[in-house]
Amino acid sequence: MHAITYEAPTTLDQAVSILKTHGENARPFCGGTDIIIQLRAGVRRTEHLVDVKKIKELQTLSFDAKKGLRLGAAVPCIEISESDVMRRHYPGLTEAAHLIGSLQIQNRASVGGNLCNGSPAADTTPALMALGARARIVGPNGEREVPVEAFVVSPGRTVLKPGELLVELLVPAPAPHSSDAYLRFIPRNEMDIAVVGVGAALTLDGDKVKAARIALGAVAPTPILASKAADALIGMKLDAAALEAAGRAASEACSPIDDMRGTAEFRLHIAAVLTRRVLSIAAERAKKN
Amino acid sequence: MSKKTLVEATINGETVEFLCEPRQSLLETLRDVLELTGSKEGCLTGDCGACTVLVDGRPVCSCLMLGVEAQGKNIVTVEGLAINGVLHVLQNKFLEHAALQCGICTPGFLISAKSLLDRNPKPTEHEVRYALAGNLCRCTGYDKIVKAVLDAAADIRSQGEGKAAAR
Repeated sequence: MHAITYEAPTTLDQAVSILKTHGENARPFCGGTDIIIQLRAGVRRTEHLVDVKKIKELQTLSFDAKKGLRLGAAVPCIEISESDVMRRHYPGLTEAAHLIGSLQIQNRASVGGNLCNGSPAADTTPALMALGARARIVGPNGEREVPVEAFVVSPGRTVLKPGELLVELLVPAPAPHSSDAYLRFIPRNEMDIAVVGVGAALTLDGDKVKAARIALGAVAPTPILASKAADALIGMKLDAAALEAAGRAASEACSPIDDMRGTAEFRLHIAAVLTRRVLSIAAERAKKN
Repeated sequence: MSKKTLVEATINGETVEFLCEPRQSLLETLRDVLELTGSKEGCLTGDCGACTVLVDGRPVCSCLMLGVEAQGKNIVTVEGLAINGVLHVLQNKFLEHAALQCGICTPGFLISAKSLLDRNPKPTEHEVRYALAGNLCRCTGYDKIVKAVLDAAADIRSQGEGKAAAR
């Protein structure tokens, strides 16, 4: 790895000030599970790493039945999968955090870092999008909030401007009779990069769908929201025909490529299959809430 | 070469001060600066687990952590398992079950297994396999390793019971 400097500020103001001073040559640093590999391989170059793990706001995981979830950008994935509150209220997001890498990786990697890395195949990003999460960003010009679906702009690039950092993810409180789910396809049992990943969140009114969001990963240059597929479910009973239609519509929202992990054709097929399955799982969970 | 940083950490129970460059991984720091060569370099991408160490009780890949991040942390490497030359029960069980051949993966497996048993003294085979999923072995295969860990767990439990009975 080329020479770098390292600083570990303890407040947001300090972090922003350091990031601003170094501009494009600095990058927030969290679990390191992507960036250390990228710096070593020369795929990313940065002169200054600003470790954000010592900033309190980034380490906060708090849930309020009315206000919802505040998930600090640096909270490691392991804390999410070990949290009863997360498993109960956001099982889909918890599943996504739980299937990233090994325990060694989950102890370091964070959902915020997964988002900032900007990979099209990030597991937790579609799960966040399905839940309607927003990203709270601070920078030299103050604060702003961005819906997670608008955060990643192209592979490896995000809306973060020089000097800015992701503070936390804000997830609405689940409405009554709602839940979420996340599934991905990989050719082995554990520890691989998604060939396709699908997250869904549903609210039911009796046996009909009141609200739905479906998001997919690894099927386009960035994780995508399949709004048409989700909107068509509103007011519908989630029967086989509705699931079939939702799967087809989700697949139509995809623009995948052929690569070493799978062909575009295979991804389109799997996108439909996983969409049907996550919707069914989310619906089963929603009935119990 | 960039400026070196002074880092203070607890390593295998001892307070240690060392100098490292910010670009150096914890693994490089352990091996090249502190001469603790038990932790091995395998893939350098967090896939193989040969460099696994405990940081504040949690297993991490030391190849994906910077040495400077060790400031104030409590780190346990494979060198910290044996006490005064007496092997840890996991090490004895690895020998007994022939759970190693070339040995490159062994320090990582031992640390991951210790982390599991510290947290869960009565793991199922499934739980052992899950806890060791971040460690790859390319010669022995996993069965002997899993059996060694289960046997070590049984041993630790019976010692615990023995102690409780003696009280």
